[in-house]
Amino acid sequence: MTVSATVSAAPWLEQEEQQPLVQIRGVTKKYGEVTAVDNVDLDIYKGELFCLLGGSGCGKSTLLRMLAGFEDLNAGTITIDGVDMADVPAYERPTNMMFQSYALFPHMTVEKNVAFGLEQDHVPKFDIADRVHEILKLVELEDFKKRKPKQLSGGQRQRVALARALVKRPKLLLLDEPLAALDKKLRKQTQFELANIQDKVGVTFIVVTHDQEEAMTLSSRMAVMDAGRFKQIGTPTEIYEFPESRFVADFIGSANIFEGRVIEDGADHVRVETEFCEVFIDHGHSVKEGSKIWVALRPEKIRLDKADAATEGANQTSAVIDDVGYLGETSIYKVRLPNGEVFDVTMPNQSRPTHATTRLTWEDKVNISWDPSSAMLLHS
Amino acid sequence: MTDFTDDMSEPLQGERQSMLRLVMRRIQSKWRQIVTVIPFFWLLVFFLAPFFIVAKISLAELAIASPPFTSLIEWTDSGIVTIRLVFDNFVYIWEDSLYFDTYVNSLKISVTSTFLCLVFGYPIAYAIVRSGPVAKPLLLFAIILPFWTSFLLRVYSWMGLLADQGTINNLLIALGIIDEPIRMLYTEFAVYIGIVYTYMPFMILPLYANMEKLDNSLNEAAADLGSKPTNTFFKITLPLTMPGIVAGSLLVFIPATGEYVIPDLLGGGNVQMIGRVLYNEFSRNSDWPVAAAVAIVLLFILVLPIMVFQHYQGKAAEEQ
Repeated sequence: MTVSATVSAAPWLEQEEQQPLVQIRGVTKKYGEVTAVDNVDLDIYKGELFCLLGGSGCGKSTLLRMLAGFEDLNAGTITIDGVDMADVPAYERPTNMMFQSYALFPHMTVEKNVAFGLEQDHVPKFDIADRVHEILKLVELEDFKKRKPKQLSGGQRQRVALARALVKRPKLLLLDEPLAALDKKLRKQTQFELANIQDKVGVTFIVVTHDQEEAMTLSSRMAVMDAGRFKQIGTPTEIYEFPESRFVADFIGSANIFEGRVIEDGADHVRVETEFCEVFIDHGHSVKEGSKIWVALRPEKIRLDKADAATEGANQTSAVIDDVGYLGETSIYKVRLPNGEVFDVTMPNQSRPTHATTRLTWEDKVNISWDPSSAMLLHS
Repeated sequence: MTDFTDDMSEPLQGERQSMLRLVMRRIQSKWRQIVTVIPFFWLLVFFLAPFFIVAKISLAELAIASPPFTSLIEWTDSGIVTIRLVFDNFVYIWEDSLYFDTYVNSLKISVTSTFLCLVFGYPIAYAIVRSGPVAKPLLLFAIILPFWTSFLLRVYSWMGLLADQGTINNLLIALGIIDEPIRMLYTEFAVYIGIVYTYMPFMILPLYANMEKLDNSLNEAAADLGSKPTNTFFKITLPLTMPGIVAGSLLVFIPATGEYVIPDLLGGGNVQMIGRVLYNEFSRNSDWPVAAAVAIVLLFILVLPIMVFQHYQGKAAEEQ
């Protein structure tokens, strides 16, 4: 395995120089009347760890299976490393897949499972032994190489599946819900491990997941999918901080979404009128003045201050605490705005709430406010 | 609702109820033993006991008596009990080449038929597993359908199909493909047709049950790792369907070896199988001891594959 230092940290930004490794153009897949994947376009660059994120039935797995060659396309083209995959069968594609069920061969030992792919390529015997040994060392399973899959734990099987897919040094590694079968603690640990391994081997990963936290931790870029289409493509930060639609804002993390009307659209700011206060945003958006628009606010970006008097001005309003949920590290507050709308606000519990007087509780009158950079405008 | 006139019988009734409850509780607590005892008892009465009777007869001598063999244990007048074991029957079977040849021929026919069933049954089972949700139950139904008519009737129909003046020959002559009828009935060919036809479901059903459990993602994983479909079949599918192959093969091989009706009806006198010989010894020659010895030898020939079967089953259970 070579450490590829030449791979850029953000290859998608250098589109002029970089030729995408994977080009998906107008790809459509229908099962009878149902359109699983609907005319999607996507470029994935060398060295990326790209996540396809979406709920069940959104078409993410179908897209992955089309890349692997298990499903035919109804329309469009898939190009990998400059080669059109239309007539390339699964067994000749430069891709390897890690299956959700792991699909380990039950009658073979760990060693045989990992060596299977190399044997198909007629790699010399001593090379096979070396490479199997090397990859099992990477996933820390050397001691288990004589075991059958049934004699391994879930986490060990997951690593065998990863080793088996990686040992052929594919141009593209496809991972279908790689962590779904693991328990929560192991999953968190493995998320980082997977990213580290990807960094070490320098192979391009495409990961399908329904777990937004997993996508955020793992990916260099991700695509949020719904009903066979991409809702938004970007880095985890872009997707979280600048969601384009209500769907994305709500799917990734949680968001308070409300309606407003654009009253001023400047080059470097936007003003939106809402039922409870004016929202001022300190950066430009291209929105039409007077148009209705959706605004989103992340619960952790809202400040909560005890205040008896109502306050005036942009980005703030008075509210009443409806409910409090103590979660340990944070508390979640349900606050009722003057127009009856209820917002979620989360606050870290920086000090022990021992003094009843300083603690915010039910029916407390509060003032909520947020920074000019916090509110997000949603285009759909 | 207590009737005071019934006062006297109440303690008795209560006692009876508690007795019943006690028995029920006993049965409940011993349920596991009871469930296992029933099949054991069945095997003891209907398998082990007859086996010993046959074994006993095989060690006796032919006698003009009823039943026509000498008894194993004799009481002489002086009160001495003697046990006479006669191994002549086994020596006779060994020395007369008729029996040896017939055993070999039976094994040849049953092994070949088993192989033919496997060759035809495997793709059929595979196709059923891969068929759609509408076709699958229909195809399975079609496999089981022949069991709805008598086995004997089905073999008789084959006689009608294969005879010199039968359906197949008449059709071929009518179509002008042949001038003279092809001799099919009373040949080894007809016996193969009969055995393969009759035992095919016993091959297909265990194979189907085995293949149904196979995860298709294993095939996809093999393809993904660069394996072409034929290679995937030999490296993945075939080894994983081995338990089904073994089970199906034994279910065909064991009854086919001792088959009597099919060689008798479709093979006539031209195909010697051990079942026919056994029948002849028993009913035509009334030589029970030799017939019993023939049966015992057949049993031992079949014990070996049964042990192989057990071994594979044990291994499969271990891997689960």
